[in-house]
Amino acid sequence: MIKIRNLKKTFGEGDKKMIVLDNFNADFEEGKVTCILGGSGSGKSTVLKHMIGVYQPDSGEIEVDGENIVGMNREQMNKVRKKYGIMFQSGALFNSMTVEENVALPLREHTGLNESTIKIMVKMKLEMVGLRGAEHLRPSQISGGMLKRISLARAISLDPKIVFYDEPSAGLDPISIGVIDQLIKDLSNKMGITSIVVTHELASAFRIADKIIMLFKGEIISSGTPEEIKNSDDPRVVQFINGLPDGPIPFSKSQRDYGEELKEMTFYN
Amino acid sequence: MTAQFFGYIGRKAFRIKDTFADLFKEISGVYYLTRHTLYCSFIEPLKGKPVKWGSMWIQMEEVGVKSALIVFLTLFLIGVILAIQTAYQMSQFGALEYVGALVGVAITRELGPLMAALVMAGRVGAAFTAELGTMKVSDEILALETMALDPVKFLIVPRFLALIVMLPCLTILGNLMGIFGGFLVGITTLGIDPVIYIDRSVEALQIKDVFSGLFKSGMFALIIVMIGSYLAFVIEGGAEKVGQNTRSAVVTSMILIIISDMVFTAFFFFLE
Repeated sequence: MIKIRNLKKTFGEGDKKMIVLDNFNADFEEGKVTCILGGSGSGKSTVLKHMIGVYQPDSGEIEVDGENIVGMNREQMNKVRKKYGIMFQSGALFNSMTVEENVALPLREHTGLNESTIKIMVKMKLEMVGLRGAEHLRPSQISGGMLKRISLARAISLDPKIVFYDEPSAGLDPISIGVIDQLIKDLSNKMGITSIVVTHELASAFRIADKIIMLFKGEIISSGTPEEIKNSDDPRVVQFINGLPDGPIPFSKSQRDYGEELKEMTFYN
Repeated sequence: MTAQFFGYIGRKAFRIKDTFADLFKEISGVYYLTRHTLYCSFIEPLKGKPVKWGSMWIQMEEVGVKSALIVFLTLFLIGVILAIQTAYQMSQFGALEYVGALVGVAITRELGPLMAALVMAGRVGAAFTAELGTMKVSDEILALETMALDPVKFLIVPRFLALIVMLPCLTILGNLMGIFGGFLVGITTLGIDPVIYIDRSVEALQIKDVFSGLFKSGMFALIIVMIGSYLAFVIEGGAEKVGQNTRSAVVTSMILIIISDMVFTAFFFFLE
């Protein structure tokens, strides 16, 4: 169970100061799949990075199983992190190691298990993601979809209580997306893992989520079950889930009028 | 007019202040990283958390064994050059037989440690920054941290220990190669009697020369590893920054090696 209360985060100083999150509140329930949905630049990755202790907020609290992780020192944070499994967007596998060594790394470092037990556990985790037999390959020798599945195997190798998925389906083919969605759902339903999925893939979010939190410019514009989101009449939500080019969410990042900016352009030649 | 003048001075002053603030930020960054590395390498093993021997052996081969040829070649040639250059001056005083002494002392005290370190800064320092920088860019270092594993312990400590063992080793062997180079030229081209050459060399060489050289090369190893890994760990962004920081890692560590060489040479000079 993760509770976020009044989270505020700004980047930069002075004129370049940018408020990314302001007064952000959210609950992530135990054993459920919660999706954080939003366009690029909406602050969803920032929320994730706060929860895994990479960013420190300007103010606010993040409670993980009743402990406030804001302001924790390295050792306290490491204790919390042992409950975590994280699947990175890029996979973030160690290129100098084989697949087997990658998946075995958390087991070797954090448990006192012997080598043969570790080998069996690695095989089990690889079987779960359907990649048994890829043990001896290197990350540079396998495809993007396989990388992500191995990254997932590594994330769950310590049987964590909470698993974070950063864009689990970005850049994958539909079958791989289906497989990964199924895995996320199974892990939550069968093993009681709390899953937090950051994504912008609507179809997969609607398929797996127990709860969806929709972000726009660092604010929650809607949250609820997939059904509630689908039936929402908030124009921003409607625009996002239907992928409409026109609507309250602007496509252009610029704050200024296009025509004005063109007229003001000067050329010296 | 005066307002403009003072405005100009003020802006300049603030820019200088910012530059210094940045510089001190970098220095304190390197300091904390170095302190943590030394703690993980020497104090944590005493508390029952051993260093990663496996990756240390790999790094030792990578930075030590594979750099041997280039270090040996460099120092052999330095020995040859030094012998020829000094012979030209020495023969004017009829003191040609002292070439051996001069080559031996110059190599063990100064040129051996310095040239070995400079070659290694280019070969190994650049490799550290490029490798760790790429890991930083592809989130591998973040992944280590979020697995509750210390990137310093995992990545820097094996490299640090490997280099601090291997650079002095390479320096000793390189010293021998340099002296051998001088010897070869001395007894062939310069026509010095081999026995006299060796006698003069042994008379002039002192064991403390070798030790002061080794102390220096230990320091150089620390500089190469810390600058290389600090500049890798601060990389944000992409491939462009990896290239930039690799370049500045080599340049910075070479300059720092020469500065610290001067400091230690002065120190040993006044110590005697």
